[in-house]
Amino acid sequence: MRTTLSPETDASPTTLPEKTTIQLTINGSVHHLELAPWTSLLDALREYLHLTGTKKGCDHGQCGACTVLVDGKRINSCLTLAIMKEGAEITTIEGLAGENGLHPLQTAFIEHDAYQCGYCTPGQICSAVGLMNEGRAKTTDDIRELMSGNICRCGAYPHIVDAIQEVMKIDPKA
Amino acid sequence: MNRFSYSRPGNVDTAVGELTRHEGAKFIAGGTNLLDLMKENVERPNHLIDINHLALKTIEDTEDGGLRLGALATNADTAYNDKVESRYPLLSQAILAGASAQLRNMATNGGNLFQRTRCYYFYDTGTPCNKREPGSGCGAFNGFNRIHAILGTSDENPETRCIATHPSDMAVALAALEAIIRVTGPNGERTVPIADFHRLPGNEPWLDTTIQPGELVTAIDLPAKGFPDYYAYIKLRDRQSYAFALVSVAVGLEIENNQITDARIALGGVAHKPWRKPEAEAMLVGKTVTEADFQSVAETILSGAKGYGHNTFKIELAKRAIVRALQRAAKTETES
Ligand SMILES: Cc1cc2nc3c(=O)[nH]c(=O)nc-3n(C[C@H](O)[C@H](O)[C@H](O)COP(=O)(O)OP(=O)(O)OC[C@H]3O[C@@H](n4cnc5c(N)ncnc54)[C@H](O)[C@@H]3O)c2cc1C
Ligand code: SF4
Ligand code: FES
Ligand code: FES
Repeated sequence: MRTTLSPETDASPTTLPEKTTIQLTINGSVHHLELAPWTSLLDALREYLHLTGTKKGCDHGQCGACTVLVDGKRINSCLTLAIMKEGAEITTIEGLAGENGLHPLQTAFIEHDAYQCGYCTPGQICSAVGLMNEGRAKTTDDIRELMSGNICRCGAYPHIVDAIQEVMKIDPKA
Repeated sequence: MNRFSYSRPGNVDTAVGELTRHEGAKFIAGGTNLLDLMKENVERPNHLIDINHLALKTIEDTEDGGLRLGALATNADTAYNDKVESRYPLLSQAILAGASAQLRNMATNGGNLFQRTRCYYFYDTGTPCNKREPGSGCGAFNGFNRIHAILGTSDENPETRCIATHPSDMAVALAALEAIIRVTGPNGERTVPIADFHRLPGNEPWLDTTIQPGELVTAIDLPAKGFPDYYAYIKLRDRQSYAFALVSVAVGLEIENNQITDARIALGGVAHKPWRKPEAEAMLVGKTVTEADFQSVAETILSGAKGYGHNTFKIELAKRAIVRALQRAAKTETES
């Protein structure tokens, strides 16, 4: 079914900029991209930079698969525009491993078998890095509550919580 | 999503000027509600004014002992701010009950106030909705209305009917705290009490707030009285986290020598705006905690409530939630 579009808000494409050059800093390197203003950060990462680790689940902020870190804070990359993040430091799952190998959370996810299909995993891990940066989770219940923005369709939650708990050194009984 | 142009003003006057000059433009803050609705073609701005670079991110004391929350401070930074946590824990709790950690990192205080209803028909451009398309009808009235309003609805005239709720948790706490919204527009600055910020659907369900075209919210002022000792925020929903409220209740009490000296009760999930009933609050003042009749208070708040089928359960649910929230705030709650 179609919506009727009111003329005053239906902008004429000819008067609009098709693309602008946008500078994004991703995993430490600077990229210059020709993007339309309506490109989400998620689409910029996946379709233009081919950083396909970040996943598109719902595209509406409801699943957390697209979670990335912007200046160290976790956000949903599907609900922000790439052009709004000019000048920010963006970290994706591809940028978490360092010189000494995998990020401790990546290792813990492997050791705890914290995934089945793996689709939600990059978002879960980036979200958990954000959780640790925030420093608010003190108990297992806190981890569950503060990770609720990441849905796992396979239901790997118990192992995900175990992995995070271990890296955060939270007593499982706390 | 429709095409649009984009600008990034550096100060409030430029931002307001751009919005005033540019018909069909919208501000974008966190983007978590606007972009969601643009992807559904419910919102179709032709120009976005990115207000994230305005200097409206601070949280600072006001001269009268209150606290000023910048419109562009994020929900996360607000909920975890030391002063908010210690002086207005009701607000911290309400914000943290909403959305997810990622969304709260993006969502701003200003944007939160303007978030639109989660009515499924409002989101679905294939169905009638008076809020989205004035005069087209209300899909929810005879449809699935489990999440819809039970108080202050507009249900008589099919062309102005609307039984939507306002989905914000933060706004419910702000209603209990009697916050003042600071606004700058083409005609200068003004302040709007939170009670007058959102409106009931009435004959114009397409209007959510009393804010005029071209106006920008710059800050939210919290008065000094923050109810840090006796408060509760209860949010009832279909899952424990990351879901909108079916019913929520914010309570702030002042209690001296076991006697209630001030009481505020605001409900979310039940109306087009946070719902307060001053007569009900007055029933508590002067009573001791033990003699106060929380059940009558709840009955008074829900007087005139009306269900539409799927949502009729909310009437009883709201009463029980009010009683429980009052007990929790007064610290008389018993385990059950
Ligand atoms: C999956 C999901 C779950 C959610 N769950 C909850 C929940 O449980 N509880 C809850 O309360 N909320 C919930 N939310 C909603 C969320 O809190 C709002 O989307 C958010 O607060 C909006 O803020 P924003 O800064 O992103 O606004 P934006 O999307 O940027 O803007 C929203 C509107 O406000 C206008 N605007 C923004 N700032 C200003 C300003 N300063 N002055 C004038 N106009 C302005 C914009 O033009 C736009 O029309 C949820 C959202 C999602 C996606
Ligand atoms: S309840 Fe309001 S928002 Fe929902 S369909 Fe009816 S008119 Fe639209
Ligand atoms: S893809 Fe962004 S939250 Fe689902
Ligand atoms: S591992 Fe399959 S969705 Fe989480």
